[in-house]
Amino acid sequence: MDKDCVIKTEHLTKRYTLGVIGSGTLRRDLQSWYAKKRGREDPNRRIGAREYEKGEIFTALENFDIEIKRGERVGIIGANGAGKSTFLKLLSRITSPTEGKIAYRGRIASMLEVGTGFSGELTGRENIYLNGAILGMTKAEVDAKIDEIISFSECETFIDTPVKRYSSGMFVKLAFAVAAHLDAEILIMDEVLAVGDMKFQKKCIAKMRELAIDENRTVLYVSHNMSTIQELCSRCVVLEHGRKVFDGEVDGAIKLYLGGENDELYSFEYVDDKYKEKVRRKLLNLTRAKFFGRTSSWFYDDEQVPLELDWTYLEDVERLGLRVEISDIRHYPITAFVIENAGGGKKGESQTLQLRLDISALAQGTYCVRYVFFTCANRDAKPESVEIAAGLTIRKRLRTEGDTRWQKSWGSVVSKGVEIVGNENN
Amino acid sequence: MSNDNITYIEAKNKLFSVNFRELFRYRDLIWLFVKRDLVNSYKQTVLGPIWILINPLLSTTVFTVIFGVIAGISTDGVPPFLFYMSGNVLWSFFSSNLNKGSSTFLSNARIFGKVYFPRLVMPIANVIFNFINFALQTVVYIILVVVYALMGTGVHPNLMILLTPLLVLQTALLGMGIGLIVSSITTKYRDLNILVNFGISLLMYITPVVYPISEAPLGLGTVLLLNPVAPIVETYRYAFLGSGAFHWVYWLVSLGVTALILLFGLVIFNKVEKNFIDTV
Repeated sequence: MDKDCVIKTEHLTKRYTLGVIGSGTLRRDLQSWYAKKRGREDPNRRIGAREYEKGEIFTALENFDIEIKRGERVGIIGANGAGKSTFLKLLSRITSPTEGKIAYRGRIASMLEVGTGFSGELTGRENIYLNGAILGMTKAEVDAKIDEIISFSECETFIDTPVKRYSSGMFVKLAFAVAAHLDAEILIMDEVLAVGDMKFQKKCIAKMRELAIDENRTVLYVSHNMSTIQELCSRCVVLEHGRKVFDGEVDGAIKLYLGGENDELYSFEYVDDKYKEKVRRKLLNLTRAKFFGRTSSWFYDDEQVPLELDWTYLEDVERLGLRVEISDIRHYPITAFVIENAGGGKKGESQTLQLRLDISALAQGTYCVRYVFFTCANRDAKPESVEIAAGLTIRKRLRTEGDTRWQKSWGSVVSKGVEIVGNENN
Repeated sequence: MSNDNITYIEAKNKLFSVNFRELFRYRDLIWLFVKRDLVNSYKQTVLGPIWILINPLLSTTVFTVIFGVIAGISTDGVPPFLFYMSGNVLWSFFSSNLNKGSSTFLSNARIFGKVYFPRLVMPIANVIFNFINFALQTVVYIILVVVYALMGTGVHPNLMILLTPLLVLQTALLGMGIGLIVSSITTKYRDLNILVNFGISLLMYITPVVYPISEAPLGLGTVLLLNPVAPIVETYRYAFLGSGAFHWVYWLVSLGVTALILLFGLVIFNKVEKNFIDTV
């Protein structure tokens, strides 16, 4: 194992037997075993079940190889049952692999449902010691950090009350505080923050970042909450049916996980059946979207986005409006370009519209585009959306970095309109 | 950053791989579990830890009345109350070790499923918790022995008392060993869990707890002494009260059996602990 490498797995595989495991009683298992030994049919097999079906196997994690370096903050995402928790369970030694091996350096603080070691009758303070010890701290280590833990947990007032009288939020806060202050080289978190309030969640994420960046700890974080993944992680792994399908930059992982298509495309024809449902057709039929004059979806620095849309009218439309909505990869809206007079036409006519979108305010990253067509019958009426189509992806990258390197967690819009109007040294 | 040890997790493990160094690192946890159990046992009770003493005194009284007065079983000339208390205190230490040890996996499945620490911490904490109860009861027992001895009522404590720490340790390890085996098997076969409670009360009757081994008909005494708990109880009683005899051959056999059971218990526990969470 490299000096820099903290976790390394090789061919890690975990299989589970499906259905009822064993018959649960010794007599039947002996019966089955004896019958098998004599070459007879198993008397406890379900009638009609074929031999190989008996112990059906579910592979929760298959041939998972990963190498994680010191100080990395790795997010793990994937649908339910993709193998995320299985991996964390193997890593935190709750269960052992069927095949393959894991090597890790240092201690692991696992926060899989924090607070499980809590004992209701003990006070908060006593539970800090108990939970700390469960996580592998010695009493002396807890002693050294107890004040810090209590103040982080925000439970000062109740610290000498039995935790059975705590609210669930306080419970998690206290448990997280203990886990976060453990001197472990590797921190594992599995959706633990869901119970705490927003303020506390923010605080925890900040604490994790701080631990990773300032103290070079390694963080593994499993969540379905993409914004916390984006905020915390420096690298992201996508699992699908027990296999690793992506390992790399966070944006790409989230895009893949959220099922983003059109990734490398600079031109897209809305003909495939698969995309028909993405387009609501009533007034018009969007046939193509493309970045005209381009051969990729990458845009650099202050480049504008040349967008060309082709559509055919299905009905007579007098005045058509178009809104090009820009959202981040989590589909959280960022901004929109509104074109009130995008055209109009008779049934059967086609139209091609060319636009230039100024995206200089966007920070670098990956953005989704959505086209919303609307009609404006008269000037005062509320525009009515008629057609919505998922569009191309815009990927922006800076060739030259400014004085300050923009951080993803600062936001997606780079504000430039600031002017120093006074600056005196007193 | 200090800790740079590399830990390896592999699919296959050695047959016997109890990591004593790791266990030692978790010694604070063992104490905290003992403390937790003590707090949990007597929180919100009026008498609190006094129950530790009331329990054996009450059951000894019941034994004295039923077996001594009603059934009229001989106690080898020893005051019946002391005779029964001697057997009772040691037996309950053994049986609570076995009983709690045998539910290690089932009753801790929740916490074992969430966080790793050496699983042996739990049965060890159990034994220590039981030992504290036992020690308190023994203090009362010794006071009674001294009082009876001073009154000159046929109680003869002798040098065998020096052997009692070893006897107590043996009782603990034997109870824990059987507990580990039962606990490992119950993760798959729950039948055994039911059998254990039943088995413990049966085992008490083939152990000289409520009768002296000398009362057993000839020949049967030999068979009874092959029960590994029997020589321990007999020797313990002999040491404090001077009744019965020290059957050292049987005791050595019992020591050997204890060692074997403990070793087997550790091996099977070690094998089961890795994956039991998948089947429990």
